[in-house]
Amino acid sequence: MSDELYQEKIVALAKAKTGAGKLATPTRTARRDNPLCGDRVIIEVTLDGQGKITEIAHQVRGCLLCQASASALSSLAIGKDAGGVAEIRHDAERALGREQGAPHEPYAAFAPVAAHKSRQDCVLLPLEALKDALS
Amino acid sequence: MTFDVAGTRRQFPILSEIIDGRPVHYLDNGASAQVPVAVIDAVRKYETTGRANVLRGVHRLAERATEAYENARADVATFLGVKPMEIVFTGGCTAAINLVAYSYGQLMKAGDRILLSELEHHSNIVPWQMLRQRSGIEIDMIPVTLDGRIDLSLLPKLVTPKTKLISLAHISNVTGALVDVKAVVEAAKAGGAKVMLDGAQRAPHGPLDLPALGVDFYVFAGHKAYGPNGVGVLWAKPELLNAMPPFMGGGSMIGRVTFAETTWAPAPRRFEAGTPPIGPAIGLGAACNWMRGLDWTAAHDHEMGLVQRLMDGLQKIDGTQILGPASLQNRYPVVSFMLEGVHPHDVAQTLDSFGVAVRAGHHCAQPLMDRFDLDGTTRVSIAPYNDNTDIDALLTGVRHAAKTLR
Repeated sequence: MSDELYQEKIVALAKAKTGAGKLATPTRTARRDNPLCGDRVIIEVTLDGQGKITEIAHQVRGCLLCQASASALSSLAIGKDAGGVAEIRHDAERALGREQGAPHEPYAAFAPVAAHKSRQDCVLLPLEALKDALS
Repeated sequence: MTFDVAGTRRQFPILSEIIDGRPVHYLDNGASAQVPVAVIDAVRKYETTGRANVLRGVHRLAERATEAYENARADVATFLGVKPMEIVFTGGCTAAINLVAYSYGQLMKAGDRILLSELEHHSNIVPWQMLRQRSGIEIDMIPVTLDGRIDLSLLPKLVTPKTKLISLAHISNVTGALVDVKAVVEAAKAGGAKVMLDGAQRAPHGPLDLPALGVDFYVFAGHKAYGPNGVGVLWAKPELLNAMPPFMGGGSMIGRVTFAETTWAPAPRRFEAGTPPIGPAIGLGAACNWMRGLDWTAAHDHEMGLVQRLMDGLQKIDGTQILGPASLQNRYPVVSFMLEGVHPHDVAQTLDSFGVAVRAGHHCAQPLMDRFDLDGTTRVSIAPYNDNTDIDALLTGVRHAAKTLR
């Protein structure tokens, strides 16, 4: 049986639920929907005076890959500005085989998704939502 | 009588495919069914011995093509229990509904009402919303009961003198529930409304007698009914078709064209502008003949036996819940379920690793998902060629997902 996609690291990221929930007073909020599969992500952040993220929270109604990605993103986002978040996006793209180079943890865990093109948007949806929140 | 499932399976070449060392357990028939050899042969015959445009040329290939195309129209008509000239070939089921919404919609005026249900496929919602934007009609909605049926007890309140059309799924593409057509037609007639059924999920389960159903419009898709992609069917009562203006303009649909004025051809050609999907239509005609050759009493019993096996198996897995009727009465073999703590896409992805093809998500029925506050469901849709091994492989996969993903 082939279970390559749901490897332990991805399942662990999803179960960790890092950043899951709401912020009391978010500076910015963005929601992204994937109309094809119905996944939905709401990202909330608070920003400091330089536009750096001081707090992040997410609400995901979506699959395990989307939950794992939101969790991975939340674990990296504190202290990052829009440019820093763009760097994280490159790491995700590398994990998915869409950009050259070796991805870093935790996004390296998503390397099995490279073979499942129909599921790659699930991984990218939280990143899209955060990009919207910062723009 | 026992249904010959092995013999039926042999007619579908794709069912003997081995992918990554696993047989194909195809349970996504509600999205697209597979095609039997009879359909493949009919399309190949057209492409290799009679390919030409229809209704135009005088050469022998054109004669062959036109004859095969019109024979397909007659075959579809026989399948539906109606006359060939009442059959319009369209690009698909969605195209057929859009045709009615645009064309019959032109006969409506601001303030007229259309009645839909909460479980409709988006293709039976969005075209009416577009009509509402164009012409100011109003849309009413029949809610759905807890067991996933259209709540027809509300019909007397919802059918008003302004209601011009009731358009409903004959069978829900999510819950498998069969609508009580008689009750709908009676309520419509009492209020002077027409009835359209979206037969996308019903047509693949055997011949119909549309005059006996008493409806005014019926639509279905070729690719869900063992036919090719790219073709669908609109049937309507001839007096309606002939009162409706064209949907698209172009060749074949005209009487006479001058720069001052153009007149329309009679139905069905009025609605078949341009070159129609000739090969797909011929394939669909063959699919209708193939379906007519099946013993549907036995086939339906076989399909519903698989539904029972599926429901019994799912009940034994902790945290599963079926969205739809629990009984086998007035339902067809489309079964949606949820696995607590596991997203439907993750269920479907796990099933794929067991060689099982299903559909997961909102099934183009987001209002129904909202009704039950669901992200989506995993949907099993069964055809006569499915067997116990398909259901058992699926249950093994669901048990695995339950064990590893939550």
